[in-house]
Amino acid sequence: MQRRFALKAISAAIAASGLVSLPALAADTIKVGILHSLSGTMAISETVLKDVALMTIDEINAKGGVLGKKLEPVVVDPASNWPLFAEKAKQLIAQDKVAAVFGCWTSVSRKSVLPVFEENNALLFYPVQYEGEELSKNVFYTGAAPNQQAIPAVEYLMSKDGGAAKRFVLLGTDYVYPRTTNKILRAFLHSKGIKDEDIMEEYTPFGHSDYQTIIGKIKKFAAEGKKTAVVSTINGDSNVPFYKELGNQGLKATDVPVVAFSVGEEELRGVDTKPLVGHLAAWNYFMSIKNPTNTEFIKSWSEYAKAKNIPGHKDRPLTNDPMEATYIGMHMWAQAVEKAKSTDPDKVIAAMAGQTFKAPGGFVSTMDPKNHHLHKPVFIGEIKPDGQFNVVWKTPGPVKAQPWSPFIPENKGKKDEPVITVAKK
Amino acid sequence: MRSFALLRMTAFAALVLFAALPARALTPEQAIAIASGDNDARIAALNTAIASGDARAAVLAQALLDGAVKVQGDRVFIAGADGKGSDAASGAPAAVPDDAEDVSNNNRMRGALEAALAGARLVSSDVGVRRTAVAELAKSSLDESQLALVEKALAAETDPALKGGLERMRATILVASSDRTKRLAAVAELANSSRSAVASLLQERLADGGESDAEVRAALQQALAAVRGRLAWGERLAVVFTGISLGSVLLLVALGLAITYGLMGVINMAHGELMMIGAYTTYVVQNVFRSVWPGAFDAYVIAAIPAAFLVSAGVGALLERGVIRFLYGRPLETLLATWGISLVLQQAVRSLFGAQNVAVENPSWLSGGVEVMSNVVLPFNRIAIIAFAAIVLGGVAFLIARTRFGLFIRGVTQNRRMASCVGVDTRRIDLLAFSFGAGIAGLGGVALSQIGNVGPDLGQSYIVDSFLVVVVGGVGQLAGTVVAGLGLGVLNKLLEGVAGAVLAKIAVLVLIVVFIQKKPSGLFALRGRSAEA
Repeated sequence: MQRRFALKAISAAIAASGLVSLPALAADTIKVGILHSLSGTMAISETVLKDVALMTIDEINAKGGVLGKKLEPVVVDPASNWPLFAEKAKQLIAQDKVAAVFGCWTSVSRKSVLPVFEENNALLFYPVQYEGEELSKNVFYTGAAPNQQAIPAVEYLMSKDGGAAKRFVLLGTDYVYPRTTNKILRAFLHSKGIKDEDIMEEYTPFGHSDYQTIIGKIKKFAAEGKKTAVVSTINGDSNVPFYKELGNQGLKATDVPVVAFSVGEEELRGVDTKPLVGHLAAWNYFMSIKNPTNTEFIKSWSEYAKAKNIPGHKDRPLTNDPMEATYIGMHMWAQAVEKAKSTDPDKVIAAMAGQTFKAPGGFVSTMDPKNHHLHKPVFIGEIKPDGQFNVVWKTPGPVKAQPWSPFIPENKGKKDEPVITVAKK
Repeated sequence: MRSFALLRMTAFAALVLFAALPARALTPEQAIAIASGDNDARIAALNTAIASGDARAAVLAQALLDGAVKVQGDRVFIAGADGKGSDAASGAPAAVPDDAEDVSNNNRMRGALEAALAGARLVSSDVGVRRTAVAELAKSSLDESQLALVEKALAAETDPALKGGLERMRATILVASSDRTKRLAAVAELANSSRSAVASLLQERLADGGESDAEVRAALQQALAAVRGRLAWGERLAVVFTGISLGSVLLLVALGLAITYGLMGVINMAHGELMMIGAYTTYVVQNVFRSVWPGAFDAYVIAAIPAAFLVSAGVGALLERGVIRFLYGRPLETLLATWGISLVLQQAVRSLFGAQNVAVENPSWLSGGVEVMSNVVLPFNRIAIIAFAAIVLGGVAFLIARTRFGLFIRGVTQNRRMASCVGVDTRRIDLLAFSFGAGIAGLGGVALSQIGNVGPDLGQSYIVDSFLVVVVGGVGQLAGTVVAGLGLGVLNKLLEGVAGAVLAKIAVLVLIVVFIQKKPSGLFALRGRSAEA
């Protein structure tokens, strides 16, 4: 009897405390999903985005959170496995009831989660440069569209300072982003009078690690005509063996420059960059950009990395473009939630239009009122011996994104705005 | 290449024009003009200063290439490696102000700096310096305005090899000369070349707006064919080398498995993880060297070889003692158990070192490569791995075929009961043999760390390849493993050259499937009664 009573008492107490504390907890925090690969071939690029998202959440919470509530991160690991991205996204939306998700790197992972976000009318903030040809009302693209990265980079290669390239090798990992980007670039090069025989396209599988043959082919191609440049859309950890081979085979930037769209400070960590000096990357942000906002950003990241003991970054903190895009995206979302006074996706989407944020890149980034992309400046940097980038060219100001590339004929007449369909019940 | 050629041309022209002027000191105005401003103006200022034969200008150009130049206001400083600075114009020691900005150079500027320095070195009194200058300039295309300087250098040159290089350089200029006989002579000279730059130059002459004379055109065609023919040999050599290089990697990753699976019959799915452990050991040894003996950093790979062998062999011994020993003769259970172990090992490494790849740097003697022909560079790390694979193979073959230990292994695998009857401790031999195979896998890990990424999943990308090599070669046959490893490597690279990396991989797998259907026991099948055992 005594025992049973005690049991009852305890369970009643638990139930009571549960009743009191659960709603209080739910009212206290707003959950935010973080969907980045923390293992597998993309971990080299994505892990740090998870950390910078957590840092931004800490930063927002330190200033009192959003709508008077603290943000609570929910971190999942889709492990560079594209179908797993969709599963984890479902889990975040349905089970954890997050207000917004920050995540994805490869376009194939974004394509895999897209139906999930559209069906559930949830919000995804995608922080990486991509190929365009997509515009969903449920996604905010804080990375660059092709006209904010790929096209200016190729234009630079064709300019006098870029080496006046006449022949191009389009080299990439075999999936949707490189294939589409190269389709756009081929059309763009055609418009500049470059013929098909002066363009070579090559693809490798994810995680490819033997670049001897590819480098050999590039050398052969370069010997067959005028000045050649390589446009690389290789993604993930394949970049390390690619750049190692490039250095070892002595292909210098003064002979055949390589411009990369997915290689930043983080990917070059652990590569001997001395033989790679002069090879290029095009981004909307570089760590080496000097301005007070960036100094502040780098400082808070260094301190965060040290405090959280993040491997690599605790000794040598590095920042890069997708990190900046994650940072901007999350701050803009917080601002929009404040403006909308709600985390309801439709209200937040409306409030996102025209949001501005002083970005570490040195410009005020503006969310386009209609097309869900940021207006961003474009920088082209050359690799320095210390693995940083030296900005050799930049646009005078932020550029408006064109997600539907005008160089693809089928895009004629398409408006750079998401098609609003009637919301499903 | 084109714009750099133009730059080199102006550099040379300036040099020839101003060579006669007396040497004068670099003025602060000149220094600032070289270090900052518009690239066109900077290059012009650089060429004028270099052409005046001023030693300070060469120092400044070299410092610019090294990225050691800083500007504050209109003063230019060179920051020394020891932290001491100097004034770029006078060379006098000067403290570099804290707010001085780094001077940045793009590819075009660096090309101009290199050309200017090479031009100045072409008339140096030191043969070695001249040799590098000739090699440097031979890579680019030159123009008629540089003819005077090349001829001047040619007249002064005494070294026959350099003379030849300069003559060919002159021919690349004269091939565009207005004099038809000179053109013909130049084409004849260029036909002896084996440089890829010459092939593209000849092709450009043949293109629209190039050569118009029929006879010269014919000579050009012939020369181009000759040069291309020579280059084609280089390409073939490169394909064979890359094939052997890939083959040697496959051989290294499969050699351990050839012992554990081939000889002992253990389907060890954790083989890849043993390689990963070897690679991570290399990483740890590298870090130890970096923090304890930074001076001897380049030797870390050598130290990592025995370390990786011992660590992997130790893990292998634990595996054998803890799990595999209870599963001999039950292949399916072994497969599942080792698969589980592989996941455990991966997660253990992930917890210890993080999910991200870790950075293993090549020591300096494994960076770069040797230029065999103008279009063939053999990287040192690949050469080292081929040699390493050969040494490991030799060691394994010797151990298995010539030592008492090897005799016991062969005895136990061929007839366990008989071996036991004659007094061989079969359990001990199992343990040693498995550990030995695991240690060899660790050595494979050391090699992989030098060419690819080191991460927790490293083993997974090689486990399929290593089983393929062992199975294609014939289970239990060391010679089969060697032939299959090299064969698959070369075949893969040949196909990759034709069809690209993605299709080549598919094609190789299809070929293997067909091959295994036709010859289930592999290239070197065991014959006789022992085959059934």
